[in-house]
Amino acid sequence: MMEDKQALWLPEAASTYAGSVDSLFYFILVTSVILFVGVVTTMVVFAWRFRRRSAADRPVPVKENKVIEASWILVPFILVTIVFIWGFRVFITMSVAPPNAMEITVRAQKWSWLFEYPEGVRSNALHVPVGRPVKLKMSSADVLHSLYIPAFRTKQDVIPGRYTYAWFEATRQDTFPLMCTEYCGQQHSTMLSSVVVHSQDGFEAWLQESQLGTDASPAERGEALYTQLGCLACHSLDGTPGIGPSFEGLAATERAFTDGTRAVADDNYLREAIVAPAVRIVEGYDALMPATYATLEPEEVDALVAFIQEH
Amino acid sequence: MSAPGQNYLTASKGIRSWLLTTDHKRIGILYAVSVALFFLLGGIFAVLVRTELAAPGETIMGQDSYNQAFTLHGVVMVFLVIIPAIPGILGNFVLPIQIGAKDVAFPRLNLFSWYIFMLGALLALSGWLIIGKVDTGWTFYTPYSSEGTNSVLWLTTAVFVAGFASIFTGLNFIVTVHKMRAPGMTWNRLPLFVWAIYATGIVQVLATPVIGITMVLLFLERLLQIGIFDPALGGDPVLFQHFFWFYSHPAVYIMILPAMGIISDLMGTFSRQQVSGYTFIALSSVAIAFLGFLVWGHHMFVAGQSAISSIIFSMLTFLIGIPTGIKVFNWVATMYKGSVSLKTPMIYALMFLFLFTIGGLTGIMIGVLAVDVHLHDTYFIVAHFHYVMMGGALIGLIGGLHYWWPKITGRLYNETAGRIAAVLVFVGFNLTFFTQFIMGSRGMPRRYHDYAGLLEQYPEFAAYNMVSTVGSYILAIGLLMILVYAVHSLLRGKRATANPWGAVTLEWTHTGVVPDAHNFHHVPLVTRGPYDFHLADDVFGSAADDGDKP
Repeated sequence: MMEDKQALWLPEAASTYAGSVDSLFYFILVTSVILFVGVVTTMVVFAWRFRRRSAADRPVPVKENKVIEASWILVPFILVTIVFIWGFRVFITMSVAPPNAMEITVRAQKWSWLFEYPEGVRSNALHVPVGRPVKLKMSSADVLHSLYIPAFRTKQDVIPGRYTYAWFEATRQDTFPLMCTEYCGQQHSTMLSSVVVHSQDGFEAWLQESQLGTDASPAERGEALYTQLGCLACHSLDGTPGIGPSFEGLAATERAFTDGTRAVADDNYLREAIVAPAVRIVEGYDALMPATYATLEPEEVDALVAFIQEH
Repeated sequence: MSAPGQNYLTASKGIRSWLLTTDHKRIGILYAVSVALFFLLGGIFAVLVRTELAAPGETIMGQDSYNQAFTLHGVVMVFLVIIPAIPGILGNFVLPIQIGAKDVAFPRLNLFSWYIFMLGALLALSGWLIIGKVDTGWTFYTPYSSEGTNSVLWLTTAVFVAGFASIFTGLNFIVTVHKMRAPGMTWNRLPLFVWAIYATGIVQVLATPVIGITMVLLFLERLLQIGIFDPALGGDPVLFQHFFWFYSHPAVYIMILPAMGIISDLMGTFSRQQVSGYTFIALSSVAIAFLGFLVWGHHMFVAGQSAISSIIFSMLTFLIGIPTGIKVFNWVATMYKGSVSLKTPMIYALMFLFLFTIGGLTGIMIGVLAVDVHLHDTYFIVAHFHYVMMGGALIGLIGGLHYWWPKITGRLYNETAGRIAAVLVFVGFNLTFFTQFIMGSRGMPRRYHDYAGLLEQYPEFAAYNMVSTVGSYILAIGLLMILVYAVHSLLRGKRATANPWGAVTLEWTHTGVVPDAHNFHHVPLVTRGPYDFHLADDVFGSAADDGDKP
């Protein structure tokens, strides 16, 4: 790993197809360097060898050499054909997920990621098992985003109104950065997350832990949702002002709104603030809360309201 | 030759004589002054962007300001600088003289195109100043661009309007080259600069309407709430990208082809040699203009288009590498057995070869499907297109301005200052953008206001960004130095002679130190090709040649 970190080009590689991408990258890099050095050396040699010696210098006519001219077409043609076919083959591998891949749903929104697992578990970070193909089924709640995991050489735009897919198989247990690479507005550069690669058993254990028992109280479930849904990105629990108001001491206090009205933050106000956040905006804040939460299950809204009330 | 005081600069006086001129040379100067101002503005935004990124965390501005700064940098540089620059300034000034014509085919349309261009520029900048922020990036991708403030509409209107200036200019040059050539100026005697501007004209006329249509659709969607691109209304955001790149990829060739033409002329003149493979270079311009229409989808390999489309676009993209390669090899070969003089314009020509080769080779890299998936939307892309757009198009423009400066102004600039500035530009440019190739390959995304959140995994980003910012300051100093000695040359520069470089194209051999208002007293009769130095006894016959002193 240290060796990888010290390489000049490309980050560490940690997926099954990353190695083939890297080989191709280095093949083009080395070929390009050879061509570049050839062109620049010739240029420098010619500029020196044929430098002007007197103001009245006249050229020596040069006959056009058709063979050389043809080779300038043929050699590049052969080279680009090689890299096209090579790139095409690796691209097909990267585009077609194996049929046994585990599916994870990805929801992107300004400016957070939400990963949903078949067992109903949700998380802000992408947890995956090592050595098992994972297929991401992705959609966006608002604008274009793009899911990028440099260590896996994986990137795919996430689009509102349709699904896009990406797949990978992690080869090493570690934590890797995941970022948004399609410009998505004000806080684009904070739309970061990470991929946590577990052992196969460790992944099952994580799933178990993340599933709440049936005996959990609404407030406990609300607390889990608070993390999983990404509320914490904007709403702190310790009074720190964020993009949205902190939850600390929020319940039952009087709130002043941008339209001049005031109201006490009771159950009904909190419910409205979750499912229809733009109706009343607390003074000093902007209407930035995504509309995604409007689609929460009623029990989930109850749980969140209970969590905020108790906090 | 005309008497002193009777050239195009002195033929008439007063502000009206400039603002209502139909002289292609004066219109070229109108473009030069306005483009220089916009270049300064775009450059200020660039320096602001680089300064913000110099260190992690917020350095000089917040996210909103940063997002506006890179948007305006892109919009100004693409639409108000690089697209109009070479055709508007040098195409206007040089092309008619090079083919032995009195003016362009439609002189009034030519002046009109400048006014349209200025109107577009005014709209673009006033939208930002009056209405407020535009932070969509110069690509205006929907649906983000559909939800912002109305100043996006101003900006798209501006792009729509400025597009017409581009269409008019292209149309004018196409007709001029077809109909106005002097006797003996056959197609294979056209200077390669004319070939390049001609090919550019074709792209301008055919591609620019598409961006106009796209902007109108964007406008209609916003005003009438018709679903075209916005998924909330039933539209398709990827459709916008197709439309946008259907113009904006050919536009890359609107930007680079004219510079390639300048480089051909510079390599020939300063090597005092036939430009190697004249026919190949001329026809490769046309081939590039044609193929340029068929590759737009390579901007969208990960945008959600089908894998089949991506594969086809990748294949076509490589085809365009071949005519480009032909040009580079022929330019280098032009020096063979020539008489190479390393004057400032030639230094820029060689710099172009160096930088553009890097830009071209990295273009092959990101045209490869599997590799582009990793590199797309990272700083690798930013570095690549700056090597092509700045290292190619703008370095070509700067080289051309140095080359034709004595003809335009009648004065010489300080050669030593010119060479020092060229070195600063070269060093600054490579420091700024080569580091971005490395960062990008390691995963640094573009359009990030801050990279503090990435440093834990990629601590090296801090150092690379710092180097890049320092490089951009050196680059800025080099460019400002050019401005300084240009002004000095205008005021106190040594008087030029009619043909200081010993070139054999008509603008040097058949006009005065500064051309007359009507260019030629008699229609020139062309008897040789543009680089037939061995036939140019009229230029080299006498020993008196002030072209080069070691």
